[in-house]
Amino acid sequence: MSTDNTVHGAHTAHVAHHFKTAEQQYSSGKEGIWLFMLTEILMFGAIFVGYAIYHNMYPAMFAEGASSLDWKMGFVNTLVLIFSSFTMAISISFIQKNEQKKAVLALATTVLCGAIFMVIKYFEYQHKFHLGLFPGKFLDVAKVGAEHANLGLYFGFYYVMTGLHGIHVLLGMGLITWCLIRTIRGDFHSQYWIVVEGVGLFWHIVDLIWIFLFPLLYLVG
Amino acid sequence: MAQHNDNNPNVLHPHITPLATYFKVAMALFGLTFLTIIAHHFRANLGALAAPVAFLIALVKATLVCLWFMHLKDDTKINRFVFASGFFFLALLFVICAMDIATRVLEVSPL
Repeated sequence: MSTDNTVHGAHTAHVAHHFKTAEQQYSSGKEGIWLFMLTEILMFGAIFVGYAIYHNMYPAMFAEGASSLDWKMGFVNTLVLIFSSFTMAISISFIQKNEQKKAVLALATTVLCGAIFMVIKYFEYQHKFHLGLFPGKFLDVAKVGAEHANLGLYFGFYYVMTGLHGIHVLLGMGLITWCLIRTIRGDFHSQYWIVVEGVGLFWHIVDLIWIFLFPLLYLVG
Repeated sequence: MAQHNDNNPNVLHPHITPLATYFKVAMALFGLTFLTIIAHHFRANLGALAAPVAFLIALVKATLVCLWFMHLKDDTKINRFVFASGFFFLALLFVICAMDIATRVLEVSPL
C-alpha cells in the first residue's frame, strides 16, 4: 500500500488533505502564481501607459532623455537576463528528472547572472548621478545643459521603471537562492518542484519586462 | 511499476520540456536581441517605422518567453486566460487615459 506513492525511487507527491489529487494540488498552486503574475503585468503596465502618454505630450524632451542613455549597457544586460531565464528554465527540467546536482548548478548560474545585471545597473546609475541626471526637480538642468527644462520627468520614468525592475531582480535573486538551498537539502524532486516553478515564473516575468524596457528606454526613447 | 502509478491520484506526471527546446528558444532570443541592435543602427533609414520595428521584435521575444520558458503552451486554459486578462485591462487603462487627455478642454484662469 505504501508503495503506491513511490515513483522514481522514494519520492512522493505529499498530497495535502484538502486536495483530491496531486495534479489538482499542483495546478492550484500554479494558478495562484499566475494570478500574482497578472498583478505584476498591471503594476508595470500602468507605468508603461504613463510613459506612453507623456511621451506623446513631450516627444522632443523624451528624445533628449533617451539620447543620454548608453544602449550598449542595456544590450549586455538584455543578453545576461535572457541567459539567466534559460538557466532558470533548465533547472526545473533537471529537478523533474531528479538530476539535482545539475539543477543546483543551473540555479547558481541564474543568481550569478542576476548579480551581473545589478552590477552593470549600479555603474549605469553612478554615471547618471555623476552627470547630474536626477529624477524630477532634482535634475541639475544647468550642469546637464538640458534643452528642455522638464527633462527631469523623463528621468523620473527612467529611475522608477528600471528601479522597480531592479528591486524585482534583487527579490528574484533572493528567492532563487532559497530554491538553491532547498534543492541542495533535497526538498525538490520529480514529484515536488512547484516552488521552483513558481519562482521561475517570477524570474521570467522579470526578463519579460526588461525585453520591453530595453527598446522603450534605450533605443526608441 | 510505472503502469501501476498511471491511475494513482498521488502521483504527478510532469510534462518535461526537452533541453534542446529550451536551447533553441534561448538562441532565438539572442538572435532577436542582435536584430534589435541591427535595426537600431538603421533607424535613420527606417524613419517612423523604427519604433514599431523595435517593439514588434520585443513582442516576438516576449511571446517566445511566455510560450516556452513560462510553459503557457502546455498550460491550462484558465492560466492562459488569467494572464491574457492582464493585457486586456491594461489596454482598457490606456484607452480610458488617452480618451481623457484627448478630450480635455483647455481653460485659462480668469484670475
